[in-house]
Amino acid sequence: MSTFIAVLFWFSTAVIILGLAYKIRQYWVTPAPLKIPTTPAPTTKTGVVLRMAREVVVFESLFKSNLWIWIFGWMFHVSLFLVLARHLRYFQEQPWFLVNIVQPFGKYAAFGMVIGLLGLLARRIFVDRVRYISSPSDYLMLIMLIVIGVSGMVMSFIQHTDIIAVKEFFLAWMGFSIAELPDSLPLIIHLVMVAVLLFIFPFSKLLHAPGVFFSPTRNQVDNPREQRHLSDWAAKLESDKPQG
Amino acid sequence: MADFETPEVREHIHIPKLQPGVMESSGPFIAKPDHQEPLGFPGELVDNWEQKAIDAMGEAVKKYRGLAVFMDSCVKCGACTDKCHYYLGSTDPKNMPVARQDLFRSVYRKYHTPAGKFLSKLGLEWLIGAKSMTKEVLDDWHNYYHQCSECRRCSVYCPYGIDTAEVTMAARDVMAQVGQGQKYSNEIIGKVYKIGNNLGLPEPALADTLEGLEEDIEDETGVKVELPLDRKGVDILLVTPSADFFAEPHVDGLMGYAKVFHEAGVTWTLSSKASEAANFGLFIGNYENMRKISLRIREAALELGVKRIVFGECGHAWRVAYSFLNTLAGPFDFLDQNYPIPQHICEFTHDLIQQDKLKFDPSENDWMTLTFHDSCNVARASRMGDEPGGQFRIPREIIKTVCNNYVDMAPETIGEGTYCCGGGGGLLTDDLMSVRVKGALPRMTALTNVVQDEGVTHMAAICAICKSQFTKVLPYYNLGMDMVVSVHQLVSNALILTGQETDEEDEEQTAEAATE
Ligand code: HEM
Ligand code: HEM
Ligand code: SF4
Ligand code: SF4
Repeated sequence: MSTFIAVLFWFSTAVIILGLAYKIRQYWVTPAPLKIPTTPAPTTKTGVVLRMAREVVVFESLFKSNLWIWIFGWMFHVSLFLVLARHLRYFQEQPWFLVNIVQPFGKYAAFGMVIGLLGLLARRIFVDRVRYISSPSDYLMLIMLIVIGVSGMVMSFIQHTDIIAVKEFFLAWMGFSIAELPDSLPLIIHLVMVAVLLFIFPFSKLLHAPGVFFSPTRNQVDNPREQRHLSDWAAKLESDKPQG
Repeated sequence: MADFETPEVREHIHIPKLQPGVMESSGPFIAKPDHQEPLGFPGELVDNWEQKAIDAMGEAVKKYRGLAVFMDSCVKCGACTDKCHYYLGSTDPKNMPVARQDLFRSVYRKYHTPAGKFLSKLGLEWLIGAKSMTKEVLDDWHNYYHQCSECRRCSVYCPYGIDTAEVTMAARDVMAQVGQGQKYSNEIIGKVYKIGNNLGLPEPALADTLEGLEEDIEDETGVKVELPLDRKGVDILLVTPSADFFAEPHVDGLMGYAKVFHEAGVTWTLSSKASEAANFGLFIGNYENMRKISLRIREAALELGVKRIVFGECGHAWRVAYSFLNTLAGPFDFLDQNYPIPQHICEFTHDLIQQDKLKFDPSENDWMTLTFHDSCNVARASRMGDEPGGQFRIPREIIKTVCNNYVDMAPETIGEGTYCCGGGGGLLTDDLMSVRVKGALPRMTALTNVVQDEGVTHMAAICAICKSQFTKVLPYYNLGMDMVVSVHQLVSNALILTGQETDEEDEEQTAEAATE
């Protein structure tokens, strides 16, 4: 079992790293030939950084548009962030100071995460507009995250696992060797699902995480009159232009 | 014509239950070969169009980062589902922004993503909502991508700023490239290439019209205000939508611009070559056509030797001018760099007001109570002045300077959240009347509320399409078609020209109109 999990994780870790690198490179090199920020938009780079920060940290546009999705969605993401921060301890010999601070909250963040996810799932099932736009994969994604969350909670609150052993396993794993994992069903479920999550990340809508930073409607500076914006492929059309 | 029902205006804008398929066959006429070919598109649906469309989608995603990010990033959160006026007015779920995007995304997923390609091999593409390119899909594209006014309201509310307008443009471009364009937009672009403007108004007719307007102004004010055409060596080239030359209430706006220029003491001209501010290349999502149309303005400015370019009241034209003109037809290093290039007529007038250079008698507009419709492209795709949001402030300040009675509509229906008039984005055609009337519902609801509660009598706009659309759809909602006015019409009413005779007769007339 330990070997299986180790190999699975090497595989899905490679997929997410290479996949995201490929996608980010694609977003990076694909030109945005026209200035299309959704206005009113910041007129300076600093302004754009602040706008982006508000989108990523407090989901500003979502807050404007739908309070319920915002509540559940934000609760889920903030909790996810805390949970992941807490998880760093499995990968670091000596966890960072900040990771230690997060530990106590991180544990209860699991509730926020699962409640948020259940809320989002309920909307998907009961609001006719959201149901109409949902594919099976949209439900599966939420269910998968709920399973990850619940199996984690089982370990934290009900059926404790030897987390020292888990840590040793992953420290060894990072050095490309295989240690023994504790024998625990919730742990196996947790880890298999996490491996699936890592694997599908670069092929699915989870690309929203890198995508948001590359969205031209949010990351462009509103200065088209002051600064000429010309993409490479558009520049090739320039030769026929009447000259002044 | 009226084979559809005007939706019922309720007290508040209401999110309707889904009624799949109600707008299924409400698409526009398909372009004929004569409309397609001058734009460089095949005359009719080509052989093997499925594969060609798939290839064109791949090309589009390589050319536009926005499209690439939008295709991948949508999480189907549903935040945008109730933000489109066409959905609110028609109840058809495919008019929800994300569903509209999905018409394109589902095909993109199948042919251009690893997940789609892999799952299709297993016959499991339905898991991720991927679909084949079929005739039914093309029909849906044609229908529903022409029920989007590219207004960008959805993009304001999407957590990633996904702009359905960009997807609509890409889909329309793909369709045109495989031979299925839209008649209305393509025919108009053809006229611009052939004659110089959307209406196909040739130079002599234009000169005639302008002369008529000069006479009208002189009759009314006793002052000779010129509307020059193709005059070389002047300060300003005015580029304005061709509807301003004859349509009501547009033409009153044009007379307003002329009076403002006159009072400012600047010299100016219109151009017969660039006798059109509109740029339907934007609507059909085709960069090359949009660029070609824009270059006429550069040419005209060079030929006439002007120092500045000013745009008249038009929404999408201002988007193309403000956001794209520098890219498409710049750099404008031959113009006077002390002024914004290009400048909006409202910026021009507002500056003069700030400098106290214009004299007004706002009581001339006292018989009206005004509200202001923010046009989508001005609100969400451009700016006026130096500060973000100037596009909302500047026109309102102008109106409040020249009118005493002004109220805003409900806050969520103006500013960046403004509802489209229902006729933008290449939909201002009779074959889309049901779409236009239904799409106007949210705006008509907000307007009806201020009419009933605040006694609003008129709505000012700064967009030729909005003005024409409202004139047509207001009666469907039991409102008067002449409720729509141009902002510069209000300016014109109140502006006191130097040397103008203020006669009794004039005042009597306004008094009469007020009691009507
Ligand atoms: C830069 C970081 C991220 C940002 C700004 C972000 C933002 C958002 C926003 C605004 C939404 C829509 C509202 C909602 O349903 O919650 C969303 C949805 C979602 N996010 Fe993220 N996210 C980020 C990272 C992640 C990561 C790392 C995951 C991985 C587990 C994730 C998983 C999801 C899922 C599954 C949904 C869809 C929820 C549903 O089905 O309704 N997000 N995200
Ligand atoms: C290789 C990656 C991961 C490992 C080794 C791992 C391991 C664990 C372990 C051992 C626990 C139990 C903690 C305890 O008993 O106190 C746990 C809990 C939990 N895990 Fe994970 N996990 C991983 C990834 C994830 C991911 C990606 C998520 C979220 C999407 C997640 C969500 C949770 C939650 C919500 C809990 C319960 C709350 C907590 O104790 O923090 N885990 N995980
Ligand atoms: S751009 Fe406007 S018309 Fe098009 S889907 Fe979005 S809200 Fe609707
Ligand atoms: S708001 Fe944006 S992410 Fe959410 S469903 Fe609409 S387009 Fe997709």
